[in-house]
Amino acid sequence: MTSESVWPREIYRVLKQARIRQASYVPDAGHGQLIDLLHADPEIQTTVLTTEEEGVALGAGAWLGGQRAVLLLQSSGVGNCINMLSLVSACRFPLLMLVTMRGEWAEFNPWQIAMGRATPGALELMGVTTVRVDAPQEVSEAVSAAAAMVFDGDQAMAVLLSQRLIGRKQWEAR
Amino acid sequence: MSAAGGLQQLNRRDAVRELLRDRGDSLVVTGLGSSTYDAFAAGDHDGNMYLWGAMGGAALVGLGLALAQPRRPVIVITGDGEQLMGLGGLATISVKRPGNFSLIVLDNGRYGETGGQLSHTGLGVDLHRAAAALGFASAVELRQISELAGYRTELSKLTGGPRYATVRIACDSPPRALPARDGVYLKNRFRAGLGFHVDMTTE
Repeated sequence: MTSESVWPREIYRVLKQARIRQASYVPDAGHGQLIDLLHADPEIQTTVLTTEEEGVALGAGAWLGGQRAVLLLQSSGVGNCINMLSLVSACRFPLLMLVTMRGEWAEFNPWQIAMGRATPGALELMGVTTVRVDAPQEVSEAVSAAAAMVFDGDQAMAVLLSQRLIGRKQWEAR
Repeated sequence: MSAAGGLQQLNRRDAVRELLRDRGDSLVVTGLGSSTYDAFAAGDHDGNMYLWGAMGGAALVGLGLALAQPRRPVIVITGDGEQLMGLGGLATISVKRPGNFSLIVLDNGRYGETGGQLSHTGLGVDLHRAAAALGFASAVELRQISELAGYRTELSKLTGGPRYATVRIACDSPPRALPARDGVYLKNRFRAGLGFHVDMTTE
C-alpha cells in the first residue's frame, strides 16, 4: 500500500478494546500499518513468525497464560495453519485471525489464486468460522463482533479482509 | 536403568524425572508422543499442558505462555522429531528473547511413535548447534544424570533465556504412561491452576 488507510487504525482500536495482549504475524503489506501500530504499543507483545502455524500455537499458549492473542496473516498463510488448527479444535482454544486476501481482485500473480480461492473453505473445514469484509466502514464492526465471539464464546474465527478493500498491489518502482 | 556409567545412555523417564524434580512453580508444555508420556510419568501436575497433536507446535505454545506469565519458569519438553517439524520456531523464539523460557529436546535420533525410523538428528543434524546459531541465549547438550541435576538450576530462572538443551537419550520405549487426552479439560485445568476460572476470559 502506498497511502495510509483508516481501517488498520480502527482494527488497532478494536483490538485494544478487546484487551488483546499478544499479536503475531508473518510480514504482510496489507497489514503493514497495523503491524507498526502493534509494535509501537508496549502493552502488546508482538511476535514476528517464520510461518503462520507458529502463531496458532503461540496464541494457544497465550490463552493458557491468561492473555488474548491475535494472528495476522495473508490468505496464502492459511494453508500453512491447517494441521495446527487441530490444537484449537481439540482444546477449544479461542482463535482470532485477521486474514488479508490475495488472489481475488486485480491479482496479477496467478500463484496466489489457488490458496486465495481455497481460503474460506479450508478454514471452515478446520472449524474456523469466517466473516468477509469488503467495505472499509464494515471493518471495525466485523473485528469487534469476531473478537466477542472468539474470547467470550471460545470460538475460532477469521475475518477475511478482501483484496478489494486492501487495494491493488503496487508493482511500479517506488 | 539409570545412566551410571559414562557411556550408558540416559533412560528418557529417568531424564525427565530428574529435570522436573523440585519443579517449584514451573509451567510445563510437552510435545506430541513420548515426551508427553515421560512428563506424566514423572508426576501429573495442573501446571502440565500435554500436547497429543499439533506436531511442531510445542515450543511455540511455550513461547506464548512464557510471554503471558513472565514470573513463572516455562519449560517445553519435546522430542527431536517434533522439534524438527518446527525448526523455524527456534528463530521466532530467539528474536523474542523470553528470559523465563527453556526448551528441552529429548533426542534419540528416531521417530519413536512411528516405529523408530531415523530422524534428521539420527542422520547427523545437531539441534543444539542450530539453536546456538539461531541466537538462543544458551544451548547445551546433556548426556548424564548429574548434568541434568545441575541444569535444573537453569530451568528455574526467570532471566537468561531462551535456553535450549538437547538431552541425549537411549532409543528404548518405556511402557506407555498416558495422561488425559481431553484437550478442553487439560486447558481448563491448567488455567484454573493459574487462577483463571473456566468462564473468566482474561487476566
